[in-house]
Amino acid sequence: MTALTEEAQAALDAFTTANGWEARSRLLLQWATRLPDVETRRDEDLVHGCESQVWVTHQRDGNRNQFRAGSDSRILRGLLAVLLARANGLTDEELADLNVHDWLHQLGLERQLSASRGNGLRAVVERMKALSAI
Amino acid sequence: MTLPSPWRADFPAFAAFENDGITYLDTAATAQKPQAVLDALQAYYAQGAANVHRAQHRPGERATQAFETARSKVATWLGAGSAQEIVFTRGTTEALNLLAYGLEAHFKPGDEIVISALEHHANLLPWQQLALRRGLKLVVLPLTPSGHVDLAIAAERIGPRTRLLAISQLSNVLGTWQPLAELSQMAHDQGAWVVVDGAQGVVHGRHRPQDLGADFYAFSGHKLYAPEAIGILWGRPEALTALSPWQFGGEMVKAADYHQSEFHAPPMGFEAGTPPVAAAIGLGAALDWLSAQDEASLFGHEQALCIKLWAGLAAREGVRVLGEPQIALASIVVNGVHVADLSHMLGEQGIAVRAGNHCAMPLFKQLGEAGSLRISLGIYSDSTDLERFFMALDNALELLR
Ligand SMILES: Cc1ncc(COP(=O)(O)O)c(C=O)c1O
Repeated sequence: MTALTEEAQAALDAFTTANGWEARSRLLLQWATRLPDVETRRDEDLVHGCESQVWVTHQRDGNRNQFRAGSDSRILRGLLAVLLARANGLTDEELADLNVHDWLHQLGLERQLSASRGNGLRAVVERMKALSAI
Repeated sequence: MTLPSPWRADFPAFAAFENDGITYLDTAATAQKPQAVLDALQAYYAQGAANVHRAQHRPGERATQAFETARSKVATWLGAGSAQEIVFTRGTTEALNLLAYGLEAHFKPGDEIVISALEHHANLLPWQQLALRRGLKLVVLPLTPSGHVDLAIAAERIGPRTRLLAISQLSNVLGTWQPLAELSQMAHDQGAWVVVDGAQGVVHGRHRPQDLGADFYAFSGHKLYAPEAIGILWGRPEALTALSPWQFGGEMVKAADYHQSEFHAPPMGFEAGTPPVAAAIGLGAALDWLSAQDEASLFGHEQALCIKLWAGLAAREGVRVLGEPQIALASIVVNGVHVADLSHMLGEQGIAVRAGNHCAMPLFKQLGEAGSLRISLGIYSDSTDLERFFMALDNALELLR
């Protein structure tokens, strides 16, 4: 496992001390404001498979991956923020090795990834891996 | 005032939900099953399963008899003239697809199919695709603000080119009963068939499709306290004769040769392959169970729950109900709050409701809403369910605003 970025460590510290759904939800709402949002919402950046619309864009910073994401749902923005906190700044190899389920599990958010959740986080993760592989 | 459900104890799922801290308010998606249905499934398999209509052995005879008895029970439930009017399908969706293929030969380019703006995808897409295959026009009837088909506009749009009207009895999004008597009259005046999607309507009260002016009526067992994978297509005898077979295989064929075959009349001719025998028996058991309950008490309980639900929603600021629901089902949106956020907060609190477009994407485009949160109750629901829901809703709104 690669060392956590500063942002990822901050997410881990915050969420592991949150007890119960209320505290976790409040944290997600707070993290929502930290999400690096997409500059413009273009149709080609829409991720299909989400009940709520999610846009994801990708950039390279040297050999490091950088993602941006947008959504109207605040909770979804919070989830995207903790996801990007972990994924941004990773190399292609690190990203390919990243186990998103484990990451969300560490934060106590693994249920948000389950297939029946309409939030489409799974589709977002797939899109991110596809974008980095191009 | 507390409103206990005298029927709740008959549904074992509620003990499990209680243990898991779940409040089930998603009955319009699928209903829980009474013990009597579980017992019927268990008994069928425990006595020895067998295929129907094929075997001469005793278990085969028993299965066939149980299966055909279930058909008769459905006929009785719907007030049909005979069990021959009842076709077993896998659900409403399959019944409607059966119709769209089975009636296809009767359509000529330029003919019109009329639907309403609130149709579930199951009663939209089969007709849309038929229209595309055959060069037909799909005409959409708009709604009034209350969520009913606008009859004045319907009278203009149902015309001499109309060959078929396909309409929901009860909206799965808005909870509104559609004016079937008027609409079917308009369609019949033009010589068109009337197809009624009864998936939601069949669950609330007893209806004779014939009295609704339907030529065809479709519903699913799983919403009517019965298992999944069983559905019903009822057809008026003359209407059934208009259907061509659509799926081919075992059971539906009378005489088969390598290059040609002869098929059974309905219902058999439309039940290709091994049917869901256990599910059909389960549906029969659900109807027996429902028939044994006092209809007036069922209705009264649902009405009392409705009033409590509506009052609770009306009392909360910023909560908007879509349309004017007439049963214990309401779709809500909250001003300034994303439906996904609301759904997340309720899900975290064990409230099982449904968020999204409820398989009616075009309706949501029409309403100009991204989605809604749907609360739907069943005969087992009680006032505790509603109290838990409202408490969770208040918590959610406090966090989100
Ligand atoms: C109005 C309506 N029509 C059709 C259907 C489709 O039913 P099924 O998925 O059981 O075929 C549903 C179920 O969601 C419904 O509510």
